[in-house]
Amino acid sequence: MLYGTRLRALSIATLVTMTVAFALAFFYAPMDADQGFMQKIFYVHVPLAMVALGGFVFGGIMAVQHLRTRDPRYDLRSYVAIHLSLVLGAGVLITGAIWAKASWGHWWVWDEPTLVSFLIVFLLYATYQPMRFSIDDPERQARYASVFAVTAGAFVPLNFLAVRLAQAYTHPRVFATADGGLPPRMQWTFLVCLAGMTLLYVTLWRYEMTSKNTSAKLRALRRKLAGDDAVAPAGRSAAPSLPST
Amino acid sequence: MTSSLPGAILAATTPALPDNVGYVAAAYLVFFALVLIYVVIMAAKLVRFERDLAELNELADTRGSVPADREREREEAGAR
Repeated sequence: MLYGTRLRALSIATLVTMTVAFALAFFYAPMDADQGFMQKIFYVHVPLAMVALGGFVFGGIMAVQHLRTRDPRYDLRSYVAIHLSLVLGAGVLITGAIWAKASWGHWWVWDEPTLVSFLIVFLLYATYQPMRFSIDDPERQARYASVFAVTAGAFVPLNFLAVRLAQAYTHPRVFATADGGLPPRMQWTFLVCLAGMTLLYVTLWRYEMTSKNTSAKLRALRRKLAGDDAVAPAGRSAAPSLPST
Repeated sequence: MTSSLPGAILAATTPALPDNVGYVAAAYLVFFALVLIYVVIMAAKLVRFERDLAELNELADTRGSVPADREREREEAGAR
């Protein structure tokens, strides 16, 4: 009832795509000649990283829209996108550390640009919520958060480019090898995994957005039915507050 | 030649697990755990919404019944 049929269809599509993707990763994609079975981590780690970074950029785009229109719904979209990307980012760091341990024998390597640059992006965005929380006035909070999201969102592709241009290629680069990229079966598997992860992100984002909108509507309904006294004052929060409709 | 026949059959038919299975399993488990935690939090929110909605429905019903009661009282007074 609260979550419509479109969201249900999206959830089913996500579940099916993810199942197919992981089945392809384990039963269709060939074993990597260099890394062997541990290369299977690639099919979860890399799409997760790409979607998380894409989510940060999406949050930046929504923040631009918020600054242009001053519509609080865009601030909410940006907030949810960044929040979700942070959760996925934590997953990227953990799965990356596991892959590093399996591949290099160390959980973390500080002179590896890909790892460190992702950590920098993650830590940068980790300050987003405390920054929001530190600002009392909701309007100012939304504006400052949008400026942050735009600046940090622009930093993400620049950071990615800088890493690609760096020469120290010690990170296992299985997607772009010297002899022209992945074998077709690995490439197809990777693309299905990426599609599944993107669908997962979109589905969770839609769920979170629906949840926030429903919460605001319930609050407004309670105020209408029982008066202002029945609704507890909102208090300071990092989450954007939608106007009661 | 001291091993039992079922053991020998099992050893011959079971394919050897590839190296680093533990690391791969751990990476996928981390991913599934993250998604699961997120879904559980979502489900908890949904339960709270349903409860709030039921409470508001009840409130709306009691609010709706008050004017109807007053109307009935007025009609009864007019008939008298």
